[in-house]
Amino acid sequence: MIELRTSPHMKGALSLPQIMHHVIYALLPICAFAIYQFGVSALALITVITLSCVLTETMFNHLANKKNSLHDYTAVITGILLALTLPPGFPLWMGAVAGFVAIAMGKTLFGGIGFNLFNPALLGRAFVQAAFPVAITSWTPGGMADRFTQFIPSSLTLPFTAPITVDGFSGATPLALHKFEATSTPVTDLFLGFSSGNPLLADGSLLADGSIGETSSLLILLCGTYLIIQGIMGWRIPLAIFISTTLFSGAFFLFDNSYPSPLFMLTSGGLMLGALFMATDPVSAPVTPAGMWLFGLLIGAMTIIIRLFGGLPEGIMYAILFANATVPLIETITQPRKFGQISVKKETGEKND
Amino acid sequence: MGILELFKYKTFSHGIHLPDKKEHTRDQAIRRLPFAPELIVPLSQHFGAPAKAIVSPGQEVVRGEVIAEADSFMSVPIHAPASGVIKEIELYPTARGPKSEAIIIKTWPGASQRVASFDPVDVGSLTHEQLIKAVQDTGMVGLGGAGFPTHVKLSVPPEYTIDTLLVNGCECEPYLTTDHRLMLEHPAELLQGTKMLMKALGAKRAIIGIEDNKMDAVQAIKAHLSGFEHIQVKAVQTHYPQGSEKLLIKVLLAREVPSGGFPYQVGVVVQNIATITQLGELLPNNQGLIERVVTITGTGIKKPGNYIIPLGTPIRFLLDHVGFSGTENHLILGGPMMGSTVASLDVPITKPVSGLLVFNEQSVEKVSDEIYPCIKCARCVDACPMHLNPSMLGQLASKREYESMQSDFNLMDCFECGCCSYVCPSNIPLVQYFRIAKSVLRERPKERSEEKA
Repeated sequence: MIELRTSPHMKGALSLPQIMHHVIYALLPICAFAIYQFGVSALALITVITLSCVLTETMFNHLANKKNSLHDYTAVITGILLALTLPPGFPLWMGAVAGFVAIAMGKTLFGGIGFNLFNPALLGRAFVQAAFPVAITSWTPGGMADRFTQFIPSSLTLPFTAPITVDGFSGATPLALHKFEATSTPVTDLFLGFSSGNPLLADGSLLADGSIGETSSLLILLCGTYLIIQGIMGWRIPLAIFISTTLFSGAFFLFDNSYPSPLFMLTSGGLMLGALFMATDPVSAPVTPAGMWLFGLLIGAMTIIIRLFGGLPEGIMYAILFANATVPLIETITQPRKFGQISVKKETGEKND
Repeated sequence: MGILELFKYKTFSHGIHLPDKKEHTRDQAIRRLPFAPELIVPLSQHFGAPAKAIVSPGQEVVRGEVIAEADSFMSVPIHAPASGVIKEIELYPTARGPKSEAIIIKTWPGASQRVASFDPVDVGSLTHEQLIKAVQDTGMVGLGGAGFPTHVKLSVPPEYTIDTLLVNGCECEPYLTTDHRLMLEHPAELLQGTKMLMKALGAKRAIIGIEDNKMDAVQAIKAHLSGFEHIQVKAVQTHYPQGSEKLLIKVLLAREVPSGGFPYQVGVVVQNIATITQLGELLPNNQGLIERVVTITGTGIKKPGNYIIPLGTPIRFLLDHVGFSGTENHLILGGPMMGSTVASLDVPITKPVSGLLVFNEQSVEKVSDEIYPCIKCARCVDACPMHLNPSMLGQLASKREYESMQSDFNLMDCFECGCCSYVCPSNIPLVQYFRIAKSVLRERPKERSEEKA
């Protein structure tokens, strides 16, 4: 039997599921460190949200009579990423709601993988930020002695009830400390994810605060670099975000020293995770090279404005979501210059040579 | 571009790096295969008007004599690839799909197959017009795969002057090694041909561009360069699709051919190695093109190599002679990136065919056939050598918005090199979408004018 096909008859090795596998591999060390710092609560949070995402996608596929789409692993990635942006003691039932919203409203509503306008994980997080403002700003310090045997009390809050608050389980994140109490956390702590006994934290915790997957900028940077070296992820968007964050916060810092330094801005909060793993979600980012630069610059600038002047200490999430909305416009104005697109003037000039 | 400058040799931006797969045939010296008992010689083996047959069934022909004349300027004659008798002039299957008219020659089994001899020509004494006519009389077309009549390419509109002849020795398609072997084995003919074409064009200099996976060819030509002071040899980085003439011009001369334009608009004409080498041999002897070198390779082939094959030899005969194991599953004429599969073993080798690749069932790469939606990963945008946006074009194609593809996203600049389909992790058949879009667009103006009438 002779088989007829159309050219090209060769195919590159990398397929979509393989790309997604690599992203999951790159997220595993970050998950492991989150579990090391925050114990069973972090493990449960990651598991519950990922399951919620996977079940939601299965349910919608079933309702819409679509074939199973789980084997592309994007629902798993959305689940893990969403979990990594939440506080350690975030009630598990609220996590499940976040996962449901991320997949249902962030992805399947638009037509599934490839069609979503916004990053699904961030859309889910934005929803719970609005719906559960207290739970999402209750930060439990890491490194508790009994973290591997005991849940943080608020994790196990019964569904549809407000979280239990117990004294000694909440602290402030470095960004909030800076914003509301004008105290800086050493940049090396933010970079490594281990705090060296910050005096303001009366509980004497050993590890820095923050969302479960955002405490060590170094680890996130390494995992992101792995993906870039493997050719899985583009380098333009993260680099553009880093440059723009540095420039904007640097301008304020030079103007007035009480503003946080660019290094603090780069290593604190969700910036690293956002720049390397959220803004680089290809579906909700531009495809044109110039568009990628513009997109990254926009995210960095908006993050700094929200962080310095907004009501919230952190701004990367809204910055990325806003930038997602501008992608169609960005792509329209940054279409690549095609080969041979030469102005008439230049063309005649070359002819005369 | 910054990273690319670290490499030793120049190249263009975008494009892809392919496994070159040339190891099975690059060291195989060019050999001759016997004559098939029946040759199928299509009248249209080139771009332009088909040739007009001037023989009739029953007539005896001598190898090398003209059997079909050029119908117009945009056409070339066809010479008898073997001595024999004309069996019939009939419709036969071709690589492109539809059957087309072909002259069938029954070759004489015992004949010496000497080429009909003609009076030698002193190429140096010909006028420009005579030289163009002489090139047309050889029946020469672009042997790299395009099949564009060579004399038409040499007839540059008078308002343009050509300063450089580029000789394309990239052979950037994987598997193919015909140009490589010709450069190694026939550098003298190549340089002679180059000199003749420089004269035909009035070009002051010629540059032979060769990809750096063929450094032995660079050396071989350099060793013969004495006496050809206006011819240079330059290595370029191995990079697909550098053999596309617009890209090679950009790499070697830093000139950009305007979109929709021709190389002569920037003072350049590009010719392929095989074309020039053959002309270097044929022109002085006043002979026509009757055979060509073809790389025959692939997983099922027992004796892969480079073979001189009389034009019109059917694929079936070739497979019998080079040996083939397994069931033939996937036959490609040309290279693996831009070649086309053929449906029948009766399809003959024609002038533009540089390779025959045969793969059997077990070997066809089946990575994953599942097509996913476009995730806008932008790999195709970074691969497209024409700097188009294949991702957007693909999405528009699936919505059948063909007009927008043409007017807003430069569909017609796509030359179907296949880079976008190659890199697409979602397995979207982008090139196929674009071919469909182009053919629909080509039909539309006709439909409209018919509606009006």
